[in-house]
Amino acid sequence: MIVAERLLPAVLGLALAGAAAAADPGRGAGLYEARCGACHSLDAHRVGPLHRGVVGRRAGSAPGYDYSPALAAAAFTWDAALLDAWLKDPEALVPGQRMGYSVADASDRGDLVAFLLSVSRR
Amino acid sequence: MLIKTTPAQYSARRNFLGRSTSIALSGAAVALLAGNSRLAVAATGNPSGDVNILNVALGLEHEAIAAYQVGAESGLLQKPVLDTAVLFQSHHKQHRDALVATIEKLGGKPVMAKSNSDYAASLGAGGLKSQTDILNLAARLELGAANAYIGVIPAFSEKDLAKVAARLAADETMHWSLLANALGKPVPMAALSFGA
Repeated sequence: MIVAERLLPAVLGLALAGAAAAADPGRGAGLYEARCGACHSLDAHRVGPLHRGVVGRRAGSAPGYDYSPALAAAAFTWDAALLDAWLKDPEALVPGQRMGYSVADASDRGDLVAFLLSVSRR
Repeated sequence: MLIKTTPAQYSARRNFLGRSTSIALSGAAVALLAGNSRLAVAATGNPSGDVNILNVALGLEHEAIAAYQVGAESGLLQKPVLDTAVLFQSHHKQHRDALVATIEKLGGKPVMAKSNSDYAASLGAGGLKSQTDILNLAARLELGAANAYIGVIPAFSEKDLAKVAARLAADETMHWSLLANALGKPVPMAALSFGA
């Protein structure tokens, strides 16, 4: 049971990472423009923080953006699984955060995460 | 030329209204937004969560006001497009004022606007070289705002605030439709294209 509890997040993370790899970053770019573009852009802070390089960045750490105290205190680094969880239900992942928008469809989230991965690789 | 409101004037105006006419203003603003004035005192769900969402909306309105200001001051907009831009900006100012009043009524602290130069930089205004460029930027912002407002409707704990988001989305959609028409963009072929 303990093993299962410990393994499940890792397996889930690998599965999501795999799903993101199989997803369509091109479609994700369109979704990003339509769904995220009101508040976010890749290279400038707007209502929300910039997104280029988000994968691999510690949560709440992009310089120059005024994060909620909850997100600024978050002790994790963004990866595919965490981005999927964030897009699915931001408040469940980081209670007290400010984003009221969520993406219900898993396929849409996968494509969005694939796009964010594509703009985070150096 | 658009009516300019400096941060100091805006703050002074808000302070004045807050001291002398807060009940009347808040009632009017909340009524404007939600259709009734019992909203603010009756909110029992998750007011802080709702305030966070309203503040994101307020951030969008600040940005839209600045974008139209930048466009109007560019010298690139010709009449009657300029007049329409001024009208749309006035809508966003009314959204802003109503959101500020509602956030304060719910016990929150409204986010302040950044400087127009900050907004211009983040929106890439330096690359705007024609009236068409400005209209495309405005259309992109209006469409994004419409989609955002539709997207946050399910997140409100207070259903009257969900109605607020729907009404804001309707205004942004109206703006986008007119801008798209001016740009010669086709009407969306598929139904349910907003918020998708």
